[in-house]
Amino acid sequence: MALLDTIAHRETAKQHRPWPRAIVTEEGWRQAIDLLASGRCTLLGLWGDAPAVHMALLAETFDDIAVVSYTCKGGKYPSVAARHPPAIRLERAIRDLFGLEATDAPDTRGWLDLGFWSVRHPLGKRGNARKAAPYAFLPAEGEGLHQIPVGPVHAGIIEPGHFRFTANGEHVVRLEQRLGYVHKGIESLMAFASLGQAAKLAARTCGDSTVAYALAFAQAVEAALQINPPKRAVHLRALMAELERLANHFGDIGAICNDASFAMMHAQCGILRERCLRAADFCFGHRLMMDVIVPGGVLDDIAPKGAARLKDLLAELRGIFPQLIELYDNTASLQDRTVTTGILRAELARQYGAGGYVGRASGRGFDARRAPGYAPYRDLRFEVPVLDAGDVNARVWIRIREVEQSLSLIEQILHSLPAGALKTAVKGNGEICEGIGLAEAFRGEVMAWVRLDDDGGVARCHLRDASWFQWPLLEAAIEGNIVADFPLCNKSFNCSYSGHDL
Amino acid sequence: MRKTLLESFTHGPLTEPPPKPDKAGLAELAKAVDRAARARLGRSLSIREVDAGSCNGCELEIHALSNAFYDLERFGLRFVASPRHADVLMVTGPVTKNMREALLRTYNATPDPKWVIAVGACAVDGGIFAGSYAVEGGVKDVLPVDLTIRGCPPNPKALLAGLLALLEKTA
Repeated sequence: MALLDTIAHRETAKQHRPWPRAIVTEEGWRQAIDLLASGRCTLLGLWGDAPAVHMALLAETFDDIAVVSYTCKGGKYPSVAARHPPAIRLERAIRDLFGLEATDAPDTRGWLDLGFWSVRHPLGKRGNARKAAPYAFLPAEGEGLHQIPVGPVHAGIIEPGHFRFTANGEHVVRLEQRLGYVHKGIESLMAFASLGQAAKLAARTCGDSTVAYALAFAQAVEAALQINPPKRAVHLRALMAELERLANHFGDIGAICNDASFAMMHAQCGILRERCLRAADFCFGHRLMMDVIVPGGVLDDIAPKGAARLKDLLAELRGIFPQLIELYDNTASLQDRTVTTGILRAELARQYGAGGYVGRASGRGFDARRAPGYAPYRDLRFEVPVLDAGDVNARVWIRIREVEQSLSLIEQILHSLPAGALKTAVKGNGEICEGIGLAEAFRGEVMAWVRLDDDGGVARCHLRDASWFQWPLLEAAIEGNIVADFPLCNKSFNCSYSGHDL
Repeated sequence: MRKTLLESFTHGPLTEPPPKPDKAGLAELAKAVDRAARARLGRSLSIREVDAGSCNGCELEIHALSNAFYDLERFGLRFVASPRHADVLMVTGPVTKNMREALLRTYNATPDPKWVIAVGACAVDGGIFAGSYAVEGGVKDVLPVDLTIRGCPPNPKALLAGLLALLEKTA
């Protein structure tokens, strides 16, 4: 049974692909909320499009997606968060950006607008800028509690955000995040941008996942315009995506160990990461492979000797990485820090629809490459590792297993790389059309939703990072742990700030 | 202790500007000290990295400077956790409106003499994000910039070349 069969709707949008979008009344909107609250669906996205709000739902089986759209009445819509907490921050963001209010919302504080922008409600009915005001952090009460404010400027070379810890001695009682510091107004810059410019913006939404973002955006555009990129391009895209995954996993496995003061793993993994980036540079002309993927295909082919270079890379990684896994697994002092630390319960991972290693280390086996799935992964063999422990150690192990899978995928792609064109021509089809793309970045799925105008320009684009649903889970996972273990927990999640703040 | 901590929010850095050197002694000592210091201590700069709105691409490449291939510390360059310990601020990103104040405070917390490096295409003039309601512009629109390292993101070699140029200038 399709998702939309259980949701009352007046009509479906004619040009929305590959999954349907239904225009619903309040009845249908509330039915959709029921599906979320009862756990029969996962919230995939909730975003504004004044005067409407859209909500994307993912079926329990991960193979069906539907978008429902509700046109606000007097700038208001029934709150999703009131019955389904994962929507809280999304509703707060919608209010800041569009001025659309969720009726009966459980949290009405601002989220992205910290009071410094030049306008209020930049994507909706614009008003005078809001003034910065003290932020009311959630209370924590009890004897002997103290607060530790951290950020937005952190001690390491990382993105900015604020963490407010309430602790009793060393034990964290509550962590509350305050984000939005790197909000750049990407969705506003996207509106009325050319496809080329919009693809560049998408690629700079989150630098560590630039390939995945470019891919999700390209998928959404291609779905909207009903064009198929050439087979060779599809395979090259996957090749880049797996290289990006490898580089990030190596970097993070090392960094997690470094946060437990085990510098050797950090140094060794840093070498592997650098080797991946150098190979990427050799093959695709850019260490992070920025701007190679565009709607319609890829801009450049792999370098003539690229395949040989990647085969050498695989051989080297396969020689060294097993030794590092052994080192990780046999160092008791390291295991002491990662095992049973920062446990994320499976129910929460499921409720929040946690993607990536965060979900997969807590029993949720979602991987967009597998289901709903996209080319060329349907023709490739790979496993989606899932563990139940939900601790830092489990998140490290998921990454270790995913490294092994990516190595195999790269080998398969090189083996089956089809010849042929790199790009299909992309142009508007004379109608307004909409599309969704879902690409699996190293930290979880990236969702891109676009509406193109009749000449193929971007009218509206929404990008949703996996971090939206992972950040709140970090708050839950750290509870009861000691302050000194926060860096470990945080790095094991490695949520994106820029991808979230947009 | 709490009082001491609170006070540290309100006063500036304790590190004082240097006194004027004694001219007579200076000439005499300069050569000998310079030679000895360079030989024994090398040149050194402490760097505080500030992401003022970047996409995280520049941070990844700045991180790479510490890996075994680039080994930044062999040049006497190191990253420090606090602006109070820094000589150099490496600032990335278009400066977002939401980060402007935090960037200014970080700058003000850094003792003189100090240098500011704008890192990456966005840090030059806001890059692809210029003109947004949420973006202030480039780093130069908020702080005096001494050096610009271009690229999207600049690769570690370009970053290293820029830092070494600054070393030459400041040494």
